[in-house]
Amino acid sequence: MKRIQPVTMLTASDLGMVACEYCALVVQADENGHHPDFCPRCGGRLHSRHTQSLQRCWAFLIAAAILYIPANILPIMRTSSLFSGAEDDTIMTGIVYFWTSGSIGLAALIFTASILVPMLKLFSLAFLTISVQRRWRYSLGQRMILFRIVEGVGRWSMLDVFVVALMVGLVQFHALAEIKAGPGAAAFGGVVVLTMLASKSFDARLIWDNDPRISHDR
Amino acid sequence: MMSANMKETLAACHDCDALYRRVPLQPGEQARCIRCNAVLYRTSRIGPDAMLAIVLTALITFVIANVFPIVELSVQGITSSSTLIGSVHALWGDKREIVATLVLATTLMVPLLDMLIMVLLTSLALMHRRPPYFAPLLRLVQTVRPWGMIEIFMLGVLVSLVKLSAMASVVPGVALWAFAILTLLLALMLSWDPAFLWTEDEP
Repeated sequence: MKRIQPVTMLTASDLGMVACEYCALVVQADENGHHPDFCPRCGGRLHSRHTQSLQRCWAFLIAAAILYIPANILPIMRTSSLFSGAEDDTIMTGIVYFWTSGSIGLAALIFTASILVPMLKLFSLAFLTISVQRRWRYSLGQRMILFRIVEGVGRWSMLDVFVVALMVGLVQFHALAEIKAGPGAAAFGGVVVLTMLASKSFDARLIWDNDPRISHDR
Repeated sequence: MMSANMKETLAACHDCDALYRRVPLQPGEQARCIRCNAVLYRTSRIGPDAMLAIVLTALITFVIANVFPIVELSVQGITSSSTLIGSVHALWGDKREIVATLVLATTLMVPLLDMLIMVLLTSLALMHRRPPYFAPLLRLVQTVRPWGMIEIFMLGVLVSLVKLSAMASVVPGVALWAFAILTLLLALMLSWDPAFLWTEDEP
């Protein structure tokens, strides 16, 4: 690992520059402060900060929070078998099943992926968005770490959707036993996709734009 | 194709926008931002030739993983087995089109697209060619990549196995091992950021 020294602690936007999100080329704006719309090297769209980052983040977060309710109340899976009749499973009853049958590790894994992580994402992203809107100047590093955790673990919530898909595909013993997906599965998949879109719309650079160690007016 | 506004000697942090002067790195090294600790840029020990080999292996493994059954179940003499596509098909048949599409996209379409583009990009890098479709492909692979979820699917397979072993006898299929190997190969592929091809010498 090589730690390289900054020019002085300046940001690209302080100097009227934009970094391309795709090829990382740094592009200088002209004397009027306009930078080209597209990257001269790779043709990607250039933005100094994500367009309407906070508004988009809020929109995805609110949609995800609304969908979070049916995702947890509606059954994600329906098992019908000759012996025990039809049985609906929500995310929570699936976890309880593992817990009572002795697979405590698996119960904890699914609880983390399906309940904890989506909650953590919703609250953390809301907190981060509010902190940027209020121009907080402290704990920049900690907020950055929080955002990286949210980004890193968010996709793992998809676990339950895959488990349902596999169970549906595998358990097809027509008269004997059959598993079908419930309406909760689509809602839950929707929550995962929406929270992923929310964290992608959030521009982490907005946190650092309030860094008190840098004066942005030259 | 140089224009005056291109600052190729500079690098800006993706996460906090701090500006740096680029320094050359040894293979396997990465440059980090001193303000937010993000990776500014890195060079891989794996060259385009080795990466092409890895991606081609991954593609073959991907085909095996999707052609053979993942597991075989048997309950009282009746057996049932399914492939990934079989699961998607069953979901679609049950009128769960949204879930079916989500699973199809994240475990099949996106990983396949990612691998095919990587074959093209590494081949072009080896031939020192940069045709007009090089840039759009590079951008496409960066856009779709976060939506590929083979490794999560792999964990889902393991959870399902435990769940199913309570109700039936479970025989792991060829595709289960193929998915395990594919997960490792894709981890190697994803650690290789194709954006660095831009800072390689122009052909």
